Amino acid sequence: MEKTLDTKFTYTEKKDTRSGFGDGFLEVGRKNPNVVGLCADLIGSLKMGAFQKEFPDRFFQVGIAEANMMGVAAGLTIGGKIPYTGTFANFSTGRVYDQIRQSIAYSGKNVKICASHAGLTLGEDGATHQILEDVGMMRMLPHMTVINPCDYNQTKAATIAIADYEGPVYLRFGRPKWPIFTPENQKFEIGKAWKMIDGKDVSIFATGHLVWEAVVAEALLREEGIKAEVINIHTIKPLDTEAILDSVAKTGCAVTAEEHQLNGGMGDSVAQTLVRNHPAPLEMVGVNDSFGESGKPEELLEKYGLNTANIVKAVKKVLSRK
Amino acid sequence: MEKPSIEQLNNICSQVRRDIVRMVHGVQSGHPGASLGCTEFFVALYFHQMKHYKEFNIDGIGEDLFFLSNGHISPVWYSVLARSGYFSSEELSTFRKIDSRLQGHPATEEGLPGIRVASGSLGQGLSVAIGAALAKKLNNDDHTVYVLMGDGEQQEGQIWEAAMCAPHHGVDNLIASIDLNGQQIDGPTEQIMNLLDLKAKWEAFGWQVIETENGNDIQQVLSSLEKAKGLLGNGKPVLNLLRTDMGYGVDFMVGTHKWHGIAPDDDQLAAALGQLDETLGDY
Repeated sequence: MEKTLDTKFTYTEKKDTRSGFGDGFLEVGRKNPNVVGLCADLIGSLKMGAFQKEFPDRFFQVGIAEANMMGVAAGLTIGGKIPYTGTFANFSTGRVYDQIRQSIAYSGKNVKICASHAGLTLGEDGATHQILEDVGMMRMLPHMTVINPCDYNQTKAATIAIADYEGPVYLRFGRPKWPIFTPENQKFEIGKAWKMIDGKDVSIFATGHLVWEAVVAEALLREEGIKAEVINIHTIKPLDTEAILDSVAKTGCAVTAEEHQLNGGMGDSVAQTLVRNHPAPLEMVGVNDSFGESGKPEELLEKYGLNTANIVKAVKKVLSRK
Repeated sequence: MEKPSIEQLNNICSQVRRDIVRMVHGVQSGHPGASLGCTEFFVALYFHQMKHYKEFNIDGIGEDLFFLSNGHISPVWYSVLARSGYFSSEELSTFRKIDSRLQGHPATEEGLPGIRVASGSLGQGLSVAIGAALAKKLNNDDHTVYVLMGDGEQQEGQIWEAAMCAPHHGVDNLIASIDLNGQQIDGPTEQIMNLLDLKAKWEAFGWQVIETENGNDIQQVLSSLEKAKGLLGNGKPVLNLLRTDMGYGVDFMVGTHKWHGIAPDDDQLAAALGQLDETLGDY
């Protein structure tokens, strides 16, 4: 179905965003000798092996001990290192929240918390590993920057860009093979939303894997004469409120889409921005206060209401509220 | 610069103890007990053992570093930082008050010179110290990283993650000390959660363990720090079991958990100060 649709962005290849991280990590390691890596027994899953092989002295396997990993990373910044920690999103946030809060965020440490296997699309491992609360936890922390890129190329670009930003960053990515629809070697600007498709009837703010679903939704809506604007919110914090308000000033309504709980997610941030500055009808696509379960990524997106069809439905609903 | 004599160091300890009780009294809040107990250790580190610059640089390249994991004993650290020149001792009067750089627990947020990471939520300092020690190795910086933990703090799981990590990565530029005062908020450690044989535990984790029998004897503290330093550079970190008396120097505060986190009233302050000579001038 997707192939016959006239989507404004297209793809020829699918790849996991974690591979974008792994390739970006190697590249930034070559570029910046201060970049170091830490991993809690998931080097293969995080695609950190190439960096480890090329820079064994700058890479620390810390075993299954994530709390210690966060502390060691904080310490490595003292002396000018730029540590990238690698583990699943679940173990990068909830398991180590207090370590991140005190030793990294409150202490203003230049640690890059790189979190794979985020969200439902982790698939068969089920709810213990499918964290859907991580963005909420991380965006609550003062000083923390939260980034959720949409495909392999954007994840790679973000991985490289965060080394040049001084301060703690939470970088969220995933496991499934996903369309690569953004340009290779793109410039990644932290905090700057990317208007991917112009429109006038509704603003769709999407992050992570669901940006692709939004791109497909836009084509479907266009067939029905609805002109949707699609904005890629790769940086959830700091939120590009100017881009959001500019878009909604034009369209008058919005839909948010994310692979995360509605509570605490990107949609919450957008809602806060709109309510405080420019109240407008808003519908939110996300997980509605439940845990996930085992299944294939596409089955889970369908069952939990996160795919293209749900974005289309949300757009129609929000248009009716205008 | 010539190192201070034992007598001079003891005089500094006396003033630091005055600072501690006055700071905690001044705001009627804070943790005097273990601050008093660790005074000799801090004075030995900052006035004798460590190479450090009072012009504070958070990266600390080319100098020894100290981390306080049991952050609640901030009064002793703040006093020693001020008395060794990081900031004016007048600022000690702002301890725990609004708009102060001297937060209840050590923090970097307000930019207090001498502090490199926040601490207070227990169990985290050793991990940070390991990271800083690894950074020194990567930078070919031949200086030592020190960290102090509490004994109650040994009940935190993260300590043992870190304990496993340091020898595995050959962190042999690190001297960790445990303030063995036998007390924690709810009572004696052996009643709350018995630590049993810490020496055997740390040795089993691959550390070189030394013991300081009397951590309130400045000569003994200096000797054990010197001994610890001699053990560095051979692939293994060093752990110093530092036995102290909580509340040492103020007779009615000694040896009890009751003064873990309460402040003296006016009469108690006067009684405490009567036992401590003013050697460097009160702030």
